Amino acid sequence: MDKVHAVELKGVTKSFGSNMANKNIDLFVDKGEIMALLGENGSGKTTLMNILAGIYLPDEGRVFVDGKEVTIRSPKDAFDNRIGMIHQHFKLVDVFTAAENVVLGLEGTGRLDLKAASSKVREISRKYGFDIDPDKKVYEMSVSEKQTVEIIKVLYRGADILILDEPTAVLTPQEIEKLFAVMRAMRRDGKSIIIITHKLNEVMAVSDVVAVLRKGEHIGTVRTSETSPQALTEMMVGRKVELNIGRKDPVDPKPRLTIAGLTVRDSEGVKKLDDVGFIAFGGEILGIAGIAGSGQKELLEAVAGLRKIESGSIIYTPEGKAPAELVGKTPMEIKDAGVALAFVPEDRLGMGLVGGMGMTGNMLLRSWHKGKGIFVDRKAPEKLAADVMERLEVVTPGIYYPVRKLSGGNVQKVLVGREIASSPSVLMSAYAVRGLDINTSYTIYNLMCQQKEKGVAVIFVGEDLDVLLELCDRILVLCGGKVSGVVDARNVTKEQLGLLMTSVGGKEEN
Amino acid sequence: MGALDFIVALIRAAVFNGTPLMYGTSGEILTEKAGNLNLGVEGLMFMGGAFGLLGAFTYGNAMGDSANGVVAVIIALVCAFAAGCFGSLIYAFLTITLRANQNVTGLALTIMGTGVGQFVGEMMRLKVGGNVAISNALKLAFANSPFPQALQNIPVVGPLIFGYNVFVYLGIIMIIVMHHFLAKTRKGLYLRAVGESPSTADSAGINVTRYRYFATVIGGGISAIGGMVYTMTISGTVWNHTGLSGEGWVAVALVIFCLWKPINSLWGSVLFGALLILYIRLPIAFIPTQIYKVVPYIVTALVLIMVSIRQRREDQPPAALGTAFFREDR
Ligand SMILES: Nc1ncnc2c1ncn2[C@@H]1O[C@H](COP(=O)(O)OP(=O)(O)OP(=O)(O)O)[C@@H](O)[C@H]1O
Ligand SMILES: [Mg+2]
Repeated sequence: MDKVHAVELKGVTKSFGSNMANKNIDLFVDKGEIMALLGENGSGKTTLMNILAGIYLPDEGRVFVDGKEVTIRSPKDAFDNRIGMIHQHFKLVDVFTAAENVVLGLEGTGRLDLKAASSKVREISRKYGFDIDPDKKVYEMSVSEKQTVEIIKVLYRGADILILDEPTAVLTPQEIEKLFAVMRAMRRDGKSIIIITHKLNEVMAVSDVVAVLRKGEHIGTVRTSETSPQALTEMMVGRKVELNIGRKDPVDPKPRLTIAGLTVRDSEGVKKLDDVGFIAFGGEILGIAGIAGSGQKELLEAVAGLRKIESGSIIYTPEGKAPAELVGKTPMEIKDAGVALAFVPEDRLGMGLVGGMGMTGNMLLRSWHKGKGIFVDRKAPEKLAADVMERLEVVTPGIYYPVRKLSGGNVQKVLVGREIASSPSVLMSAYAVRGLDINTSYTIYNLMCQQKEKGVAVIFVGEDLDVLLELCDRILVLCGGKVSGVVDARNVTKEQLGLLMTSVGGKEEN
Repeated sequence: MGALDFIVALIRAAVFNGTPLMYGTSGEILTEKAGNLNLGVEGLMFMGGAFGLLGAFTYGNAMGDSANGVVAVIIALVCAFAAGCFGSLIYAFLTITLRANQNVTGLALTIMGTGVGQFVGEMMRLKVGGNVAISNALKLAFANSPFPQALQNIPVVGPLIFGYNVFVYLGIIMIIVMHHFLAKTRKGLYLRAVGESPSTADSAGINVTRYRYFATVIGGGISAIGGMVYTMTISGTVWNHTGLSGEGWVAVALVIFCLWKPINSLWGSVLFGALLILYIRLPIAFIPTQIYKVVPYIVTALVLIMVSIRQRREDQPPAALGTAFFREDR
């Protein structure tokens, strides 16, 4: 007799217009098992999981829970079948407290007993070791706290099948470890978990089985213990791929940005950057490492002119021109001078993209002011869009297709591609590969290297230390808004970096 | 007349003139809390005014001398409420089910509602050949305070607390109930969630469509009662379209002034009621009345500016206000 699976999909197909997101997919997960769902950006992972969660109705196919066929027409049906999903973009009401968000949509009438809800939230938190204040408003929370609320929401309802769509993309390594511990605890309780992630080391660390999707089709499911990152990548992409970064030695580096004594406060008056000074050279990739929130974002924004600078100077020396002070210039002037910023914010819905417009329109946003006359020039952005689409393999029906409808990772490709394509002389990027599949991530790394070889000063804020060590020439480590050290990426270990990240100058604290 | 008397009279006039706004605004707050921006309040109030009057008038005619004042008030309330529900049901169907643009649909509702209101009002006038009026006995039921004369006769407190028509007290009760519903009940929380983030509410298993229909239809009915209150009290049970016109727009502005909190409409409507009649009570020779009439809007604009400077999240409009929801969209 067949073993009864916790959840099983048979022949599931879903298309949006002419865009087939899922093609005839068969997939199952067993009880007490963690499955990783892997696939390139736009391969249909979110769509497939949304079908289980009742957000999308499949065009064809059947769903079985505990061996019984079910129809899931709405999120409520999904709950009734004890399926809970944590979405790629958080589904929380910002002005509500954690407890209010948790009780949302639960059965029951009349008076709202938030006290009871709060204490239940505390109880769950204790059981799984979360640290959350049930009465805190969501808009005051950090991303990881929001993530925790989402998980509690699902646990509160007593889901047996938990789906996590890229939960780790915005978490710090410590937070990821905690999440994995929670997942393992849930597995012990006999729950089934499906996790989507683009980070193969996480797949290897936490999953029991891996299912791979490619262009909407289920390519296969393998046991994690019997596979390797390389093999998984090839399943995903469908051909042999080389995952390495061609880092060349910098040729004739010249100072491009000379920053001294930079101090920046946030709106509450807290010092976010404290006397930061360094030089970024043209023809070099300068990595910026640090624990999340150590001032990386503020540094890039200060250089781009988006933040008020309390003191300090930023001297910009373009190729063959006289040095100029950037402090006091408007963001537009700084951009025009050739300092580009590609920033992928934590909420991930790309900063500076208009969701309703296609790729072309979004390219235009970056260049409209360069045009002459009263009519906009549509040819150039069109070409640019086509170029970005091809080089970064953006999965979209066309360059006029609304960006909002693209898959999470593809939205980011458009953002990053646009900044790189503006041929800057300083290229700053923060978390450029957040949520991008492994293949595209390497495409981006190599694009950065190309820029560097062209003599661009590249500043790369990243989270993955392995990547920083492999990609950058020098690494600047920030710790609590101060420069903790600048090291040669070729002669430093991860441990040394870690030490610099946690204490200024890398000295042990006592 | 002493200063005290003047102030008492002013406050009474403010409450009297603010009562229609109390309904118009709190109804719209309920609607907007669920994410629907219904710009048809003006039309709804016209319909409420016309049908409320029509109901009371028909009842009075049919019953002659045996007509009962309380029954007439109830009939006027029910007719106005039903007319408002009907008008906003059309709006709800277009914006929620068919996902039409809310602003355009709301404006269309205003045009339709004022037209229907005018038509019904004028038709009544033609039928009776002059001003539509109901019997004096019935009129008093609309105008008099429900409290015993002894209470009303207490100096200062009497006229200030016990001396208003029944709609003032009904309005206060309704607003307190609405406040309690939104702030303290499960359904109220869900309704606010629908207005803040329908996709979140939906993924939590809340029926977004049902909540939006409920809020829009009930809210529209409440707004329409405001129009009836205007016709039956301020314009003295006579169809008077010039007085009613503009009332709905002030109500929409007042929603913003109240920062989408029904409890604020308790005093907000009194304040706006005062602003509406300032040109009669505090005339300054060289200032034309038209200037007085824009004061409510200026005050609203000032509040908006203050709110955006303070940036308190709780004071912001419902985040999904004005947007349609479709589950498979993104
Ligand atoms: N609501 C929608 N409307 C139109 N197209 C959609 C919609 N949802 C998904 N798609 C399309 O379906 C395809 C699959 O998208 P999906 O979000 O499932 O990808 P994904 O595997 O989750 O990618 P990522 O890793 O980037 O999140 C994409 O081409 C996307 O444009
Ligand atoms: Mg996705």
